[in-house]
This record gives sequence, structure tokens and C-alpha cells, in this order.
Amino acid sequence: MIRDITIGQYYPADSVIHRLDPRTKLVATLVFIISLFLFRSFAAYLVATAFLACVIRASKVPFRYMVRGLKAVLILLLITVLFNMFLTPGTPLVRIWKLTITREGLTTAVFMAIRLTYLIIGSSVMTLTTTPNQLTDGLEKGLRPLNKIHVPVHEVAMIMSIALRFIPILLEETDKIMKAQMARGADFESGGILRKAKSMVPLLVPLFISAFRRANDLAMAMEARGYHGGEGRTRMRPLQYHRRDGAAYLSLLVYLLAMYAAKRIAGF
Amino acid sequence: MGIIETRHLTHDYQKIDEDGKTQVSCRAVDDVDLDVSPGQFIAILGHNGSGKSTLAKHLNAILLPTQGTVYVDGLDTRDAEKLDAIRQRAGMVFQNPDNQIIGTVVEEDVAFGPENMGVSPREIEQRVEASLKTVDMWEYRKHSPNRLSGGQKQRVAIAGVVAMEPMCIVLDEPTAMLDPVGRKEVIRAAQKLNREKQVTIILITHYMEEVIEADRVIVMDQGKILMQGTPREIFSRVEELKAHRLDVPQVTMLAHELRKSGLPIPEGILTVEELADAISPLVNHTESKKG
Repeated sequence: MIRDITIGQYYPADSVIHRLDPRTKLVATLVFIISLFLFRSFAAYLVATAFLACVIRASKVPFRYMVRGLKAVLILLLITVLFNMFLTPGTPLVRIWKLTITREGLTTAVFMAIRLTYLIIGSSVMTLTTTPNQLTDGLEKGLRPLNKIHVPVHEVAMIMSIALRFIPILLEETDKIMKAQMARGADFESGGILRKAKSMVPLLVPLFISAFRRANDLAMAMEARGYHGGEGRTRMRPLQYHRRDGAAYLSLLVYLLAMYAAKRIAGF
Repeated sequence: MGIIETRHLTHDYQKIDEDGKTQVSCRAVDDVDLDVSPGQFIAILGHNGSGKSTLAKHLNAILLPTQGTVYVDGLDTRDAEKLDAIRQRAGMVFQNPDNQIIGTVVEEDVAFGPENMGVSPREIEQRVEASLKTVDMWEYRKHSPNRLSGGQKQRVAIAGVVAMEPMCIVLDEPTAMLDPVGRKEVIRAAQKLNREKQVTIILITHYMEEVIEADRVIVMDQGKILMQGTPREIFSRVEELKAHRLDVPQVTMLAHELRKSGLPIPEGILTVEELADAISPLVNHTESKKG
């Protein structure tokens, strides 16, 4: 059933990682990704592997869920690896027809592969352990300082959470309109990509009209319930840092130091 | 002074062309005087286009009158500074359950109103619990609204309004998109609020069955109040209602037809039991004659 679709890929479980404040997880993910690009060394990547393994273990999410995200970027990953392998100038290793694999190319390719894989897995850990609501809440509170330079943080977070609420409703509506048009002889299945895209146009028009109508209704309902923007608004469960968040930040710091040390001392 | 009062309320919908000139003007509500005392259960009846929804939207300042005034607990709805106070006092539940639920989790949605009012987190929790329990939706607090039935969604919407602790709730055709079971659930929740918490209820509907237990029924047609009175008074005037394309409850209709064909049955029968009580002496009477 369409209404069972969950947005994001939250995997419900009771773990330390799940209970962490979404802000902590956002910051940690960002730091992890930056660290992958900052420390270009195999020793450092060993540290990153260990760190990632510990986090995955602690999150109680099965490993296959983590890898699932990789499938989507597999082609991108392959292209990056191949281009780096063949097109980096340096000492030639192997020669196949007109293409040369260089030593430098090979190392860059391996680095890129590791980086991209870890980047995807790292952000999957975050999306798998955080509900979309927590994420928007975390973004709203974490980015609040940007309000000073007139970034409408509250509004953006509100838009995101309303979008999350309405995606399943609009999907269901699309399904209804499709069935109604199919009942009157519309054909959405046959033909090439171009024809399929063209047959979608009469679907989009009623969908947009209904979306606008819904938006209008929703705005009225929000106004009727006293919504007047983010000012003076309280939350039922305001985000609060706990001791475990402090511990998480501390381990993040230890991780960064370990990365630095690994690169400095091992040097390969 | 009543909790809601309108004086000569008139509202025109205008279609404005690109130059900002009025093309068509359509009078939706025409000189309506309304006075609702606290704790009453009022039903407003009328078919499509009778102006009942437009009237409802005036009662918490979503629409402002073209002419006349609306007072909510003594506050003029035109007073922009009192807007939040007015919306806290008069809550509103709309027709489409999907388009008025804002939260992605039931309890979050119920918390939306109090959050806007700046209530403290602990009190929001208490209010959410109390109002979800009032509408019997407490066990669904962690559910996604998308998986609830229409009646359940509408009860969540009511809980969202109740959590703002209003004096008056306006329900604008809350049952129009529901199945019979959902309709009953919603009406029962509204009646419970009225009886147990003394919340004033203004129910707008076109289902005659839902108004039988109201304290007062107001019938609207073409933007004007056509008649008002107790359900019994209103449904005694079957012919008049029919002339304005309005139905009466089936039992009332049956009683009316029987009366027309000569049986001594009183006007304004509202329930099956009443009709049975009115008919059974007649049946006994004829049977004893035969015997």
C-alpha cells in the first residue's frame, strides 16, 4: 500500500545512537565526512573504518541496511574509480590497448572509492537512526544562529515537516487520479520514456490543482490554531543535550585526534 | 452577552479582475444576527451555498465581515491585536480531515495549538494527554495520522482544538467526508465535550440526524437565517423545510406522511422510539375494535 511508504529510511531500534540528540548526529556526520577528505592516508582510513564499525555496532541496525544506500550510487562510484584510474598521469603500471593505469591513478582511485563508500555509509547511519521529524527539529534548533543573518530557519524547518506529512497523501492522490484516468482509457505503461513522460502531463495538472487546494486549507487550519510564525512558540519536547551527547562529542574528538595521529605517525 | 454574537453580519465574496476592479460580487451572508450563550449546543443547517460555512469562518476571525460585527467573548474580530485571544477562545474544526492535521505524529499535531500559544512544555504534555483521552484517541498518540480512519483523524483534529482550551468550538461540516461509523464517533465526541466540559459547540452540517440532540437549530438559506428554534419546533415545519430543498430525518418524514393520511400523530417526531410510542396505542385501538 502506498500509504505505508516511509520517507527517509528510519530503522526503529532502541540504541544509544538512536537516543542521541539529532544535532549531535548532524554535527558528527558532517565532521566524519570532512575528516575523510582531510586526512588522505591509508592509516587514517583504518581508524575511520574502526570508528564506523563501532558506531554501526552501537546503532543495532543490521549491516545490510547500511549497504543498501550504496546501490544507488554504484554507477557514480564506478565512473569515479575508472576515470581516476585511467586518466591520472604518472608512472605507468599496466597498459591495456590505449589506456594506461598509473601508480598514482590507482592510489587516487582506491582513495576515492573508500571516501565515497564511507560517506554514504556514514550518512546512512544518521538517516537510519533519526526520524525525519527529529532531523527537521535538529536542523531548526542547530541552525538557529543563522536567524541573525535573516535565514528563515523556522520556516524552512516547518516547510520540510509539512512536506513530510503530505508526501504520502499526495502519492495516494496520484494513485487515485491515475486509476480514474486509466478507467477512462489513459495509458501510462506503453511507449518509450518520452511517451511515458508525455502521458504524465494530464496527471500533473489535477494533482497540482489539488495540492494548491490542500495548501489553502492547511494554511487556514494552521491560522485557526493560532500559528503566527516561530516567534513566541514553545515546543512540547524541546531538544536537550544529555550526558550521552557530551560523551558522543568527546569520542568524536578522540576520533579526530586518532585520525591526525595515524596520518602523522604511520605516514602511508 | 453571549459567547458569540453577530450583529448585522454581512459578507460579500468578490471576484477581482487584473486591474483590481470588482467584477462579480456575491453576497454569502446577509444581515445575520446570532447570539450564542455559553454551554449551548447549536446546530446550523443549510444546503450547499447557503452561507453556513462562510458564517462559521467569521466566528474565529478567518474571515472578517464586510458589514456588521462579530464578537467572540466580547472581543471584536476586527481588532487585529486580539486575534490570538479570539482564536484561543473559539476553536475550529474543518471538513477535510487530511488538510487540517499538521503534525506527522498524532500527539505532535495535538501539541501544535498550545505550542503556538507559548504554553510551557510540561503543561503541553498534560493538555495533550487530557484532550486525547477526551476523544478516546490516547492509545493512538504515537501513530502517524495517515494510517487512521477518517473518524479517527477528525477526532484528532478535535483534540488539537481542545488542547487550546477554547470556550467554544465551531465544527464546519466535520462529518461530510466520513462514513456512518466515523460520523457517529465525531458527533459523540462533540456531545461529550459539551456535556462534560461545558464547551459551547456550534455544529454546521447538512445531516439532519446530527441535529436532533442540539439545544437550538438554525436553518440558513441564501445567506439569511430562515428559521430557528428547538429541533422539535424546526422539524414540525416539514412542508416549509421541503420548500427550501431541505430534508427532515426519515422518522419525522414518516410521521408527517402518516399524519397527512389521517392518523392522529403529533408533529415534530424526532426518534424511532417516539414514533413507536405514538403508533402503538393506535394499533391496540384498532385491534380491540376488531375483536
